[in-house]
Amino acid sequence: MSYNVFKSIIVLIALLVAGGIFGQRVYRLLWVTLRRGQASGHFGHWGERIKGLIVFVGAQLRLFRFLIPGTAHFFIFWGFLLLSLTIFQAILEGLVAFANPHFVLPLIGRFGLLALLQDLFAVFVTIAVLYDLYLRLFVDPERYKGSHKSQGVMVLMFIFTIMLSLLVMNGIRINLGEDPIRIWRPVSTIVGRIFAGLDVGAQGVVEEIAYWIHLGVVLVFLTELPEGKHFHVVTSIPAVFLRNLEPRGRLPKAPEFDGQVGVSSVERFRWRQMLDFYTCTECGRCQEVCPAYSSGLSLSPKMLMIDLRNHLKKRGAALEPPSSDVVVKEKTLVGEVITDQVLWGCTTCYACDQECPLFIEHITPIVDMRRYLVNEGRMDAQLQDALANLGRYGNSFGQSERMRAKWTQPIQPQLKDVRKEAVEYLWFVGDYASYSATLTDVTQKTAEVFQKVGLDFGILYEGERNAGNDVRRVGEEGLFEMLVEKNTTALNKCTFKTIVTTDPHSYNTLKNEYPANDNSSRPVLHYAELLDNLIASGQLKFSKKLDYKVTYHDPCYLGRYNGVYDAPRRVIEATGCELAEMPRNRDRAFCCGAGGGRIWMEEGEVKERPSEARIREAVKLDGVKVFVVACPKDVTMYRDAVKTTSQEDRLVVKDLIELVHAAM
Amino acid sequence: MNQDIYVIVEHLRGQVADISYVMLAAARLLAQGTGGKVVAVILGHNAREQVVGLGADQVLYLDHPSLAEFTSDAYLKALAGLISENAPRVVLLGHTSVGMDVASGLSVRLSLPLVSQCRSVSTDNSLLKFISQICGGKIMAEGVLPVPTALMTMVPGGFKPEHGWSAQPPEVTPVTVPTMEGLRVTLKQYVEPEAGDVDISKEQILVSVGRGIQNQDNLELAQELADALGAVMCASRPVVDQGWLPTTRLVGKSGKSVKPKVYLALGISGAPEHVEGITGSDVIIAVNTDPAAPIFDVARYGVEMDMLDLLPVLTEQVRQATGG
Amino acid sequence: MNIIVPVKLVPDLVEELTIDSSGKALDTSWLRLILNEFDDHAIEQAILLKERIGGQVTIVAPDVEGIDDVLYTTVAKGADRLIKLVGDFAGGFNNHALARVFSAVIKELQPDLLLTGVQAHNDLDGSVGPLLAEQLGMPYIGYVAGVTLTDGNVIARKEYPGGLIAEMEVTLPAVLGIQAAQQPPRYIAVSKVRQAMKTATIEEQTAAELDPTGGLTIGRMFQPEAGAQATMITGEVNEIAARLVSFFKELGIL
Repeated sequence: MSYNVFKSIIVLIALLVAGGIFGQRVYRLLWVTLRRGQASGHFGHWGERIKGLIVFVGAQLRLFRFLIPGTAHFFIFWGFLLLSLTIFQAILEGLVAFANPHFVLPLIGRFGLLALLQDLFAVFVTIAVLYDLYLRLFVDPERYKGSHKSQGVMVLMFIFTIMLSLLVMNGIRINLGEDPIRIWRPVSTIVGRIFAGLDVGAQGVVEEIAYWIHLGVVLVFLTELPEGKHFHVVTSIPAVFLRNLEPRGRLPKAPEFDGQVGVSSVERFRWRQMLDFYTCTECGRCQEVCPAYSSGLSLSPKMLMIDLRNHLKKRGAALEPPSSDVVVKEKTLVGEVITDQVLWGCTTCYACDQECPLFIEHITPIVDMRRYLVNEGRMDAQLQDALANLGRYGNSFGQSERMRAKWTQPIQPQLKDVRKEAVEYLWFVGDYASYSATLTDVTQKTAEVFQKVGLDFGILYEGERNAGNDVRRVGEEGLFEMLVEKNTTALNKCTFKTIVTTDPHSYNTLKNEYPANDNSSRPVLHYAELLDNLIASGQLKFSKKLDYKVTYHDPCYLGRYNGVYDAPRRVIEATGCELAEMPRNRDRAFCCGAGGGRIWMEEGEVKERPSEARIREAVKLDGVKVFVVACPKDVTMYRDAVKTTSQEDRLVVKDLIELVHAAM
Repeated sequence: MNQDIYVIVEHLRGQVADISYVMLAAARLLAQGTGGKVVAVILGHNAREQVVGLGADQVLYLDHPSLAEFTSDAYLKALAGLISENAPRVVLLGHTSVGMDVASGLSVRLSLPLVSQCRSVSTDNSLLKFISQICGGKIMAEGVLPVPTALMTMVPGGFKPEHGWSAQPPEVTPVTVPTMEGLRVTLKQYVEPEAGDVDISKEQILVSVGRGIQNQDNLELAQELADALGAVMCASRPVVDQGWLPTTRLVGKSGKSVKPKVYLALGISGAPEHVEGITGSDVIIAVNTDPAAPIFDVARYGVEMDMLDLLPVLTEQVRQATGG
Repeated sequence: MNIIVPVKLVPDLVEELTIDSSGKALDTSWLRLILNEFDDHAIEQAILLKERIGGQVTIVAPDVEGIDDVLYTTVAKGADRLIKLVGDFAGGFNNHALARVFSAVIKELQPDLLLTGVQAHNDLDGSVGPLLAEQLGMPYIGYVAGVTLTDGNVIARKEYPGGLIAEMEVTLPAVLGIQAAQQPPRYIAVSKVRQAMKTATIEEQTAAELDPTGGLTIGRMFQPEAGAQATMITGEVNEIAARLVSFFKELGIL
């Protein structure tokens, strides 16, 4: 048998085996297991989705938020696409070697420009891979803690080997005069020169060795692809294509099991969520920006995905009809695979979902599992009390509904009662602003500002209940529905044009989750937006310019969730203050730690409170005396943090309205 | 018709409870109105020494092995027999784990009227009046004790225990106890609270925390003040229920009664069950965000602010004052 | 084991309490009624016993405003049977009357064990538990913070002041006045309560006529005067701390 026939047979067998293993693994992971997941609803918006592919996959936009690793991956990704054709070439030339040892792909194989790009990208990929190896082996950044680094290194070595062997093959073919478009392969030519000293026969042998190494590593890589993080090579494009296009602040409708929501076992997730678990590349960008993780709690969004993926694979195997006597003992999802502690650590700040280049949703599976915990009554005593109070009194403070408007007593003239008269702006005040002693002053100043500006506004008085944003994110869906019902009934009885709220959490849920509030009929504004409008229209004028240097903290539910970054900044500017940006600002703003119901929970084993870390970040800004916030929980958390970090002489925390009030 | 006032003395493991003396003081006032005797009723076994100090005119002593330790069934049986036989004007029991176990049963068994949570009594011509405190001390209810016999459970606060004490030992009359057959409740054993901790009832300065501490992590702030003052920490029920401090540090009705020189009540509302335990303090200083908190009714000095804001500043100033 | 838990609703102390125009009773117009905190513990203790040794838990309550929600919540926790007593409760009733009404119904149910709250803050004429026990001819132990079962006998852990516990054995049937359940009353998700509303039924039984004999007539109800008020220390935090330190010195502790 001649060598070439032998070659074709081996390539065929290897292709069938590797392809078979790859196919079988993909089939089991995607088709079988995903089918056990729950329905994921309607996708639609195909135009926007295609645009998303171009921007987020083609241009790899989110990856550049970590600039150099992002650049490296850009080249690896495009290199992969361009060079996949060379792999195709390699397989085919092997398969037809018995008939044509010098097979070249028609058209593509002679496209000079493509060959040049492939040659150049082989270099770029090699440089990127070397950088990535350096990153993993020498720098070893924190965000890789918990990732399967050895797998990453192995695959980088594979890619390096594939590039090198390709260049050697190309180079020698050029030496042997077998390449018609050699002038388009400058890099390969240079590599070929290394072997130019060998005689023709020896070069031929080297070429064949390079070929077998090239093909061998490619096929081994192929079989490894569905395991671990490299499955994202297969799932990432569908994942980005099918990403959630709903407003960020709207949690999706949950599937019900015997009338209850909540995920107690992995097949109760929607299949689209399972796709997310497979798509995680373990890059750790989410872990890097997570306030829970950095405070020392056991939650890492990355580890959450890895654990869910591993459990999904194990459980998928367990659910299949037993092929042997192997008994798969799997752990329970909630409690063993993902501990209660991990689930309660999340502040739902959205930093993880914002950062993830593949739009993986970390928050929705956490909320889904929290729903199960709530149903089982598995939560700490403080949270139980808060929920009991919310259920009975409509506020987490355990105070009577009748005390909700007590803060209005000193205000003259008395604020309008929207239950009794029509107004233009219905001011939904919020729990903290109404009941917390720390905030009474701020709330009263807000009323004064509204009155001074001549705004036609009123409040619901005792008719208002907690809007439910954090109740929902804690997992008490039934209580959330009850609060929505009560608030919606109260709202529907009133006549008004716009809802304005001082609390970004209330803002988020009123705007995105209350059914009757599509923006067209009853817009919801945060007061920063309202003030911004009033300044622009000239209705709000300032009589003096405040001359202090301030910094601004973007509240999670105003900024990251709802994209309101500029309005508060314009308001600050209009008051005459000089704004110095926090190092982590806008969509990278670092959460105060109160969200997701955590302000109602026991703190846990925290090494450094997120609020304290943020204050330490702020005091590094030269000359900044005022820390401006636009959320009542931020006022509470940061005033405390200023005390506990002993920075009372250095920094004072003010709500945006206090600046406005002082400048009027 | 018997015009005597009966006080059912509460004693536990050889100690007469303070509430007994409070009741004796109240009984004295009632007896002045009715012209009858103050009669202390002691049930027990070989317990004659308990009579020492009782401010009563007479002691009725019922001795039986079944009465050695308190059980509701035995005491109810013995008392029912005694009261139906003698028909006193008023029977005072403690609003406690002992008194409440038998008072209602007596009311039904003997068809006698019963009033609970009584804080004080008074006489108005021939009428005997009571004032009870209900709804966490927020509401007072006043009425007349009906003839011929009325039952009452008393809470402390209206009378000082000292006024029920007497150096003069009263005359002791033994009373035969009826047969104690068919008892359905038996005491198996006592279980002591965790030992090896401080006895707060012996401390001179106490730093006490209540709901205002908000969470376990803030305890440190209070501990720092306690350390600076050379004081010991204690708490009201909500803090102990959460497990943030052991039950040995509980002050109040279910916990210990304390008699310090200074009692710092931080973030404590002052519910009656807690106040019961601190009336022996020389000076109470209260810190609370609610100006209407009942603790301010018993405190000498009050501060209306969040204890968490005051603590670090106060601790620092105390440290400076002690040069430590 | 057949466990019965009689419960009652009491005024919520979070709301402001006022006296009505007669001057003898609470003004009911702003009154919110909630489950007696100790009855909540009794329910929890009953469910815990059921989980441990099996049996049936029946909740019995008078028909007052808000009682349905309370009853459905107990089902969501694990109660088996709900009995609501319909009668003329609107005019007010004391514990003797309530106990009589309970006793008439419970006698027929042949319980092994009755658990109820040791007291309620509005008790003016004894507590429901021991009144009911005597009417049923059962023994009673109050201030119970732990219940265990050994060969058909119940051991109740009775609380005394200072943390002392007395373990008392009592023959069944008996009534226990619960001070605290062995774990705090569990939280029940609203969705589970709503589910219970759809699946559970509340049996209605007519309550016997109310007989308040044994209680006393209230001549007057009022809110206590402030009494000897504390001297308030005001100012900014450093000033307040300084005043306190000088008091400490005066009192000789510094």
